[in-house]
Amino acid sequence: MAAVVERVEGRGCVLRGNDIDTDRIIPARFLRCVTFDGLGEHAFEDDREQAKGDHALDQEQFAGARILIVGENFGCGSSREHAPQSLMRAGFGAFVGQSFAEIFAGNCTALGLPCVTLEPGDLATLMDSVELDPEQSLVLDLTARTISSRAGTMAAGVRDGTRMALLEGTWNATAVLLEAGDDIEQTGTRLPYVAGFPG
Amino acid sequence: MTTPLSLFDKVWNAHAVRELPDGQTQLFIGLHLIHEVTSPQAFAMLHEMDLRVRFPGQTFATVDHIIPTDSQVRPLADELAEEMMVALEKNCRSHGIEFFDPASGHQGVVHVIGPELGLTQPGMTVACGDSHTSTHGAFGAIAFGIGTSQVRDVLATQCLAMAKPKLRRIEVDRVLGGGVYAKDVILHIIRKLGVKGGVGHAYEYAGATIEAMSMEERLTVCNMSIEGGARVGYINPDETAVEYLRGREFAPKDEAFERAADWWRSIASDEGAHYDDVVKIDAADISPTVTWGINPGQALGVVEPLPHMTQVPDADRPGFAEAMEFMGFRSGEPVAGTKIDVAFIGSCTNGRISDLREAAKVARKGHVAPGVRTYVVPGSQAVARQAEEEGLDEIFRAAGFDWREPGCSMCLAMNPDKLIGREMCASSSNRNFKGRQGSPTGRTLLMSPAMVAAAAIKGAVADVREVL
Repeated sequence: MAAVVERVEGRGCVLRGNDIDTDRIIPARFLRCVTFDGLGEHAFEDDREQAKGDHALDQEQFAGARILIVGENFGCGSSREHAPQSLMRAGFGAFVGQSFAEIFAGNCTALGLPCVTLEPGDLATLMDSVELDPEQSLVLDLTARTISSRAGTMAAGVRDGTRMALLEGTWNATAVLLEAGDDIEQTGTRLPYVAGFPG
Repeated sequence: MTTPLSLFDKVWNAHAVRELPDGQTQLFIGLHLIHEVTSPQAFAMLHEMDLRVRFPGQTFATVDHIIPTDSQVRPLADELAEEMMVALEKNCRSHGIEFFDPASGHQGVVHVIGPELGLTQPGMTVACGDSHTSTHGAFGAIAFGIGTSQVRDVLATQCLAMAKPKLRRIEVDRVLGGGVYAKDVILHIIRKLGVKGGVGHAYEYAGATIEAMSMEERLTVCNMSIEGGARVGYINPDETAVEYLRGREFAPKDEAFERAADWWRSIASDEGAHYDDVVKIDAADISPTVTWGINPGQALGVVEPLPHMTQVPDADRPGFAEAMEFMGFRSGEPVAGTKIDVAFIGSCTNGRISDLREAAKVARKGHVAPGVRTYVVPGSQAVARQAEEEGLDEIFRAAGFDWREPGCSMCLAMNPDKLIGREMCASSSNRNFKGRQGSPTGRTLLMSPAMVAAAAIKGAVADVREVL
């Protein structure tokens, strides 16, 4: 059983922009590795280089943030788990945005990192609030499906299955899948192509 | 009368092991493909949990992302690449997984070799630690990309926990014009539906235009489903799919093949099956298409002028401005005429034999323009052999193109093939993200392989219809 994830609390980091892809989160050259160790320091490396210190991850007021606040379709593109791994290793424990790409969100769940969505108006309010007052602590409460800040308490969208997996500590799916036991073999061998299309 | 079902429902139901307490489905995975980039950590996790590979016979490996295209001789010059290669060899050996390495003669881009070996078949569930796994849906399989933790899940259990997506049917009808290819069709679809339009959906591509396509063209279309946000894209199996598979190495043989073909036909979507929505596309509206921005939805006809900010919806304006600035384009001008530095023909989108044939037709018409660097990278060793048998390599070389060894190459630049600085690349690959081709400031223009060949010859983006 993995750890139960009920709430994530900490300061926020506002990363504006839509359709931020996983190549930007972790450029492909850092995928030349056989472990995920050390990926944290390379998160958004090329974007940060080009922003010359102005990137959200380099702004002093966001240092030590636990919750990354993003726009629409965050994490699109490549399935590389290196992307959430690098952000997790850079200190983030949750993502709040307008929407997330599917594979990225699935990878996050498999690491115990919640991705929750806000209505566009709420997201804009939260981004403004955190930029104005980056010292404030945010609370993502998965039980209540809310995120609280000085801007108030907002409804946070999260898929039922994802929420349950995080709340019950079953987000590391291997153990859950193994519980099916011989049913796996039974389903597999019933498939004509696994059985070799017998006559 | 039984309820009409979609292919998606039939395949999903046949592979459902059980409903999980969290509402997801435990889905049996019929074909698991692995490669050197996203599998080593998965094997490490497996070892930590003291587990074995549950169905080693349903898992196949190859090496594609990091392999150099000038020489595949070991040890690889890049020590990190060599380390990844060694890890994959060791993991395959110790778990009894078949590995199509360069010495096997079957090495290639994972999404090219699965189909060409007959590993990918209709009615399967296919998973691979690579987002372009949607490619395999061209046969009528449910095929999707997964992350490394999920690779671990499949190795350990041959299953994944999946939430069932919605189903969208995309009907493309009428005949494509000359110089308009499958690549243009999918770029057009993504342009219309957006890069996030397919999030939470599986796409079923249908209609007369799709039905008229060869298997290789269908693979190109399904390949880029993920660029439209859809993790799964598929096409119902028909005689084109059946005949493609006949005689392939891993396809059933003799009478078993006929039994298989009957089953494959039976899993196609029924008339009257339920779709969450249906989108209609007129093939006659599709022209040779290129991307101008930093995501694959930022595309337009090669001779269409780039829009002005005032023509862009408010919500898209920041992204539009960012893309225009990064690419250095001006509103009101078409992409045609843009000077290029590099031309790349290859990838899981367009690295198959038919792609090389179409590009060679154009290459025959001229010579690579001075100052343009080219990479022609076959999708697999089998594609390379076939091309060499047909003399395509000679046509490319005679026209000044650089004929290389198979791999992913400049699609994502994990090997030594990279853009330098702000170079502009005409590319038959699938992603124009910032930095995708190895230089953080490098620029990518996605287009069909024939269009890439035309751009290489002209030294600038050109309408391939004027070259053919």
